[in-house]
Amino acid sequence: MAKAEKIEIYANLCKGCEICVELCPVDALEMKDFKAAVKDLDKCIACMQCELRCPDFAIEVYKK
Amino acid sequence: MAKKVKFLQGNEAVCEGALYAGCTFYAGYPITPSTEVAEVLAARLPKIGGRFIQMEDELAAMAATLGGSIAGKKSLTATSGPGMSLKMENLGYGYLTEVPCVIVNVMRGGPSTGLPTGPGQSDVMQARWGTHGDHPCIALTPSTVQEQLNETVRAFNLAEKYRMPVILLTDEIIGHMREAVEIPEPGDLPVIDRKRPTCDPKDYLPYKPEADGVAPMADFGSGYRYHITGLNHLPDGFPSNDGKLAQADEIRQQKKVDDNYDEIVVVDEMMCDDAEILIFAFGSTARSAKEAVQMARAEGIKVGLLRPLTIWPFPDKHLAKYAGKVKRVIVPEMNLGQTALEVERVMKGQPAVEGIFQIDSEPINPVTILNKIKGGK
Amino acid sequence: MAYDYSKYLRAGKIPHIWCPGCGYGIIMKSMIRAIDGLGWDKNEVVMTSGIGCASRLPGYIDANTLHTTHGRSLAFATGVKVANPKLKVIAMGGDGDMTAIGGNHFIHACRRNIDITCFVFNNYIYGMTGGQYSPTTPKGSRATTAPYGNSDNQFDIAQLAMGAGATFVARTTTYHAVPMEKLMKQALEHKGFSVVEIIAGCPTGYGRKNKLASPAGMIEWQKDHSVAIAQWEKMSDEEKAGKFPIGVLHEVNKPEYVEAYDANVGLS
Repeated sequence: MAKAEKIEIYANLCKGCEICVELCPVDALEMKDFKAAVKDLDKCIACMQCELRCPDFAIEVYKK
Repeated sequence: MAKKVKFLQGNEAVCEGALYAGCTFYAGYPITPSTEVAEVLAARLPKIGGRFIQMEDELAAMAATLGGSIAGKKSLTATSGPGMSLKMENLGYGYLTEVPCVIVNVMRGGPSTGLPTGPGQSDVMQARWGTHGDHPCIALTPSTVQEQLNETVRAFNLAEKYRMPVILLTDEIIGHMREAVEIPEPGDLPVIDRKRPTCDPKDYLPYKPEADGVAPMADFGSGYRYHITGLNHLPDGFPSNDGKLAQADEIRQQKKVDDNYDEIVVVDEMMCDDAEILIFAFGSTARSAKEAVQMARAEGIKVGLLRPLTIWPFPDKHLAKYAGKVKRVIVPEMNLGQTALEVERVMKGQPAVEGIFQIDSEPINPVTILNKIKGGK
Repeated sequence: MAYDYSKYLRAGKIPHIWCPGCGYGIIMKSMIRAIDGLGWDKNEVVMTSGIGCASRLPGYIDANTLHTTHGRSLAFATGVKVANPKLKVIAMGGDGDMTAIGGNHFIHACRRNIDITCFVFNNYIYGMTGGQYSPTTPKGSRATTAPYGNSDNQFDIAQLAMGAGATFVARTTTYHAVPMEKLMKQALEHKGFSVVEIIAGCPTGYGRKNKLASPAGMIEWQKDHSVAIAQWEKMSDEEKAGKFPIGVLHEVNKPEYVEAYDANVGLS
């Protein structure tokens, strides 16, 4: 299973739509102060679904 | 060397003028009485490497004409009243985005479908104010078939120089009449091409005017990637909601025309020097007026004809010379007094304007004008 | 490495104007990856749009971009393409822009088979003006101008394109970000008029009125209601009810408009 080395979330770009959090298949993300945030990097399987579906260029997932 | 002379229809002469000016793209929609322009260019353009397209409607025809120009081609479209009404949306786009092109309006009679096969001159105010919002306007009014050609060349030159749409406001009579026309040789008439940028593409600002108030315009595909929008925009082309900047930019656009009155406005003044009575007439009506002036002169009446080849901007300066100087001003026109209102504005009651307004789809008879001249007030 | 969108984005223009959860950002990203994947020279790419939320997209892309009047994206695009066929012309607009006010241009661009790629962003609503019903708003759905539910019948944009003569027609959704990129690539490469209808969520204008307010919920809805075309063709009418096919729905080769014109008039 692929893993992520880093998930970069740009708070200045995130509009807090929660698409990434709700669609994450492994519950690796959460909302903090109305913005997306990494909840548990170890859970991330680097499926890239959050990055692909973020409408705001606010998430970058770096695969290990 | 003898000039090449052709016996041409007015609408055909428009095509000769367009080709002379370097037009290589036409997008249009069929409408009487302008259709010959499309028909001739459909045949002629491919022979010089240009293209013709008949669009699905007048809105599309205006849009494609602007698109062609944005791609770098001198572009033309032709229409008449109902089509002109439909073109207004994208004509306004052309003004705000400063895209050069020429629109021929072969005026016919009546509002709506009106009197499609007869002449009219009722689109004078539409040409100036037909599209919403404030914008500059240049409209030319030829009276002869030769002028159909020459003024089409001039329309392209003005469009290219001032980076804006220019209207050739002609009518069914001149569009459909035939006269001998001298075909100019290359070099006989000036041909102006738009300024294109020479700067590094990364420094290009598509709406940053140079000293003449006009910004160089890049062809799409020429390496200058930029944005065009019908929203009010900044010098970099991107939209802005700043009303103060929008106002300043629209005033700058208006000044492109206002500051160049002397170059843009052409007026033919015939026997005006000693005139006590001044006729103000344009387009085909000016032909009747000319005849009437000659008949009146033959009877010793001091009458002159002021004939604008540029109706917008309105020839204020030319006309104002006669305010307080002539005893009478007569404005014959095939509408219910559209230019008469402008003449009134300039003359300020010195003297009052007398109109001959006719919208019966018939040319105004020279005798009607002569009778007005002789009839006194 | 994460994909670097910045080489196709104009500096300083992001964040974009779209609402939180709007699907159009997902479309823009797929579009950028598709164009990048083809290795196209930005100097040759022209993007036109009309008016509405979708039509703001070209302003963000570092290309030759033309934001026109409402519905006229394809009419301007046609002028650009005929005047300079070397340019790679991509026209876009929303469901209202492209099939209501721009409907005539849409069907005639299809009919001509001019080599333009047309992306129609279908979010079932007029978003920019605040949520009025469009030609694709489902019957019964609520909109600000359909307070009792929409009485109108819907356009099927893909069917409309096929009927009018487009030679490549595909449909996708914002759930399918990667397949969308592939379909876009196919459409961009297709010689002739290609249409990709992209189903997208408008949480603000459509979702809020129709109890679908969660952006993620709208994307899940797209997943649940879309069926790959191969599967679709095997389904019964009962199974198809309420669902729509996605993928390449139609692809044929026909002479392209400008090439055919040039050959016909002796220009080529």
